[in-house]
Amino acid sequence: MIECKKISKIYQNGAVETIALKEASFTIQDGEFVAIIGPSGSGKSTLMHILGALDTPSSGEYLFDGQNVAELSDDALADLRKNKIGFVFQSFNLLPRATVLRNVMLPLVYADVPQKEREPRAAAALQDAGLDESHFNHLSNQLSGGQMQRVAIARALVNNPALILADEPTGNLDSKTGEAVLETFQNLNQQGKTIILITHERYIASRAKRIISIKDGKIVEDTLNKNSAIAQQIKE
Amino acid sequence: MLITDLFQETFSALLLNKARSGLTVLGIVIGIGSVIAMIAIGQGSQEMIQSNIQSLGSNLIIVMPGVQRGIGFQVSQGRGSSQTLTREDADAIASEISSVKAVAPELSSRYQVTAKKNNTNTQVAGATAAYPAIRNVKIDSGSFISDQNVKSMAKVAVLGPQARDDLFGENADPLGQMIRIKQINFKVIGVTAAKGGSGFSNQDDMIFIPLTTAGQFLSGANYVSTISVQAASENAMAETQQQISALLLARHNIADSQLADFSILNQTDIVETASQVASTFTTLLGSVAAISLIVGGIGIMNMMLTTVTERTREIGLRKAIGAKKNDINLQFLTEAIILTFSGGVIGAFLGWLVSLGMSRFGGITTQVSLSSILLAFCVSSAIGIIFGYYPARRAAGLKPIEALRYE
Repeated sequence: MIECKKISKIYQNGAVETIALKEASFTIQDGEFVAIIGPSGSGKSTLMHILGALDTPSSGEYLFDGQNVAELSDDALADLRKNKIGFVFQSFNLLPRATVLRNVMLPLVYADVPQKEREPRAAAALQDAGLDESHFNHLSNQLSGGQMQRVAIARALVNNPALILADEPTGNLDSKTGEAVLETFQNLNQQGKTIILITHERYIASRAKRIISIKDGKIVEDTLNKNSAIAQQIKE
Repeated sequence: MLITDLFQETFSALLLNKARSGLTVLGIVIGIGSVIAMIAIGQGSQEMIQSNIQSLGSNLIIVMPGVQRGIGFQVSQGRGSSQTLTREDADAIASEISSVKAVAPELSSRYQVTAKKNNTNTQVAGATAAYPAIRNVKIDSGSFISDQNVKSMAKVAVLGPQARDDLFGENADPLGQMIRIKQINFKVIGVTAAKGGSGFSNQDDMIFIPLTTAGQFLSGANYVSTISVQAASENAMAETQQQISALLLARHNIADSQLADFSILNQTDIVETASQVASTFTTLLGSVAAISLIVGGIGIMNMMLTTVTERTREIGLRKAIGAKKNDINLQFLTEAIILTFSGGVIGAFLGWLVSLGMSRFGGITTQVSLSSILLAFCVSSAIGIIFGYYPARRAAGLKPIEALRYE
C-alpha cells in the first residue's frame, strides 16, 4: 500500500540546511498497525506529513497504492487525502461551536457525498469510534478530551479511508482515556483498517503490531512487536 | 463542494461571530444607504427644477427688453427697466413668423394692492387672453382676461391664489369684489389655480389685469416688459428664436446683433443650465457617499484578514481532510460577498427609507431610481469580490502543514 524509497526531506532556511529525514525506506502493507516512534526532533512528524500527503519529499519516491505522490498537483494531493487518508491529530482540531455530527460530516462535504447519506454515515462512524449516541448533537467544545478524540477518529473514519494516520492521538489525554482510544484503534485494525500511529512513548507503541523507530531523520529499527498477541499470530 | 454546502459553511461561519459580522455589514449599510439617499436627493432636485421650469409653459421663448444675456441672470434681471419692446413688436412676431404658435405680451411691475383692510405688495401683470395657454396658467374659478377686456381697457383683475389669500383670506371667494391698485378700483373676475414656486419667482403671488389697462392706467406707456412666445414645436425653438431676433433687430433699426436692445431666452437653455447645476450637485453628493462605501469595503477586508488569521488552523484541517485550494478560496470569498450583499440589501432599503423620510418631513424632493439601487447592488457585490479576494487567496494559499501548526 505504502512504499517509501529513500525519501529525504531537507528544509532550506536561508543559507542553513536542515535535514529532517534522511533516506528513509520501508513498506507498509494493507491491514498493518504500525507505530512510528522517536524522540521529538527525530523527524517523525515530517515523516507523518509526507505519509499523509500534506507535504512532499525533497528526494526519493513515495508510492501510495503504486502512485508517486511527488508527481501529484496540489489538487490531486487534496483528492488523495480526501479519499484514502484519515487524520487524527494530537489536538483534535475539531470545529469549535459546531455539533459533533457536523464535525464528522465535514469530510463528506468535500467528498461531494449527497446530503441524505451524510448523517447515517457520520452516525455509523461515531459508533465505530465508540461515542455514545446521546452526544451526537452536542457542540464539540462541550465534550471531554476523550470524547473529542473519538469525534476526531470518527471524522477520520467517515469517508472510509484505506489508511488512518494518527499523530500522538493520546498526547492530550490522561492515561485511562488514552488507553480507551488505543483500544479503539486496535478494534479498527481488527476490522481491517491500516493504521499508522506516531508517538514518542514506547508503551503506546507497544500496542501496535510493528514498530518503526526513527532517530535524527534515520530509521534505526523496524521490528514486529513480539508483545502484540496479534503480531505473534501473524508470526506463527 | 455543493453550493448548498458552501452557503451553509458561510452562514455558520458568519453567525459564529455575530457582533463582528454585524459591525462589518454596518459599514456597507451606511455606505450604500448614503449613496442611494444622496443620489435620490440630487435626482429629486433635478427633477423638481425641470418640472418647475416646464410649468412656465412649453416650447417657451421669452423676449425681454435691454438685458445682456449671461448665465445666471436669465429671467428677471432688469425686466421692465428699459422700454424698448412694444405691443407692436409682439403683434409683428405673431403675424410675421410662421413657426410661432402664440404670443403673449406682458407688462408687469410691483405695486401696493389693497382690498378692504388687507394690503399686499405683489406683481401686477398686464396680460392678454393668450397668456394662460402659453404660460401654463389654469383658472380655478371665474374666468381669465378676455380679448374684449383688453380692447375695452376693462378694470378687471384675476388673482393668483397667494394674492387671493393675502387680500381676502385663505380660500375666500373674491369673485365680484373690488381691489385697489394705485388708487384705481379693479373688479375681481377670476382666480388662477396654484402652480407652486418656480424656483425663480412665485407664480402664485400675482395679479393679472388687461395689458392695455396696465399700459394706460398703471405705467402710462405703450411698452411691454416681456413677450412670451410659444413655438410650434420643440424642434422649431432655435429657428424661431433666430427669426424673432432678426425681426426685432430690423424693427429697432439695429445693425449689430451685439448691440441688441432686447434679449431672448430659450426655455431649453434654462432647463439645460439648471440640470447641469443639479447634476453637478448629484455627483458631488454621490462621491462623498462613495467614500464611505470604500471605507466600508476596507472594513470588510480587515475583518476577512482577521478571520483568516484566526481560522488558520481550521483552514489547515479543512485542507487535511480533502478541501482543495478552490474550496477554501470560494468559501472565504462567499463570506465576503454575503456580507457586502446583505449590507447592500439593508443599505438600499435604509437609503430608500431615508429619502422617503426626507421628502415627507424635510420638504426636500427626492427620487429613488431603480438604476441607483441596481448600481448599489453591483457596487456592493464588486466590493465584496475586490476586498474579499486578497484575504481569500491568502487563506487558500496556506500550506496545510503550516496552517495546522499555526498557534
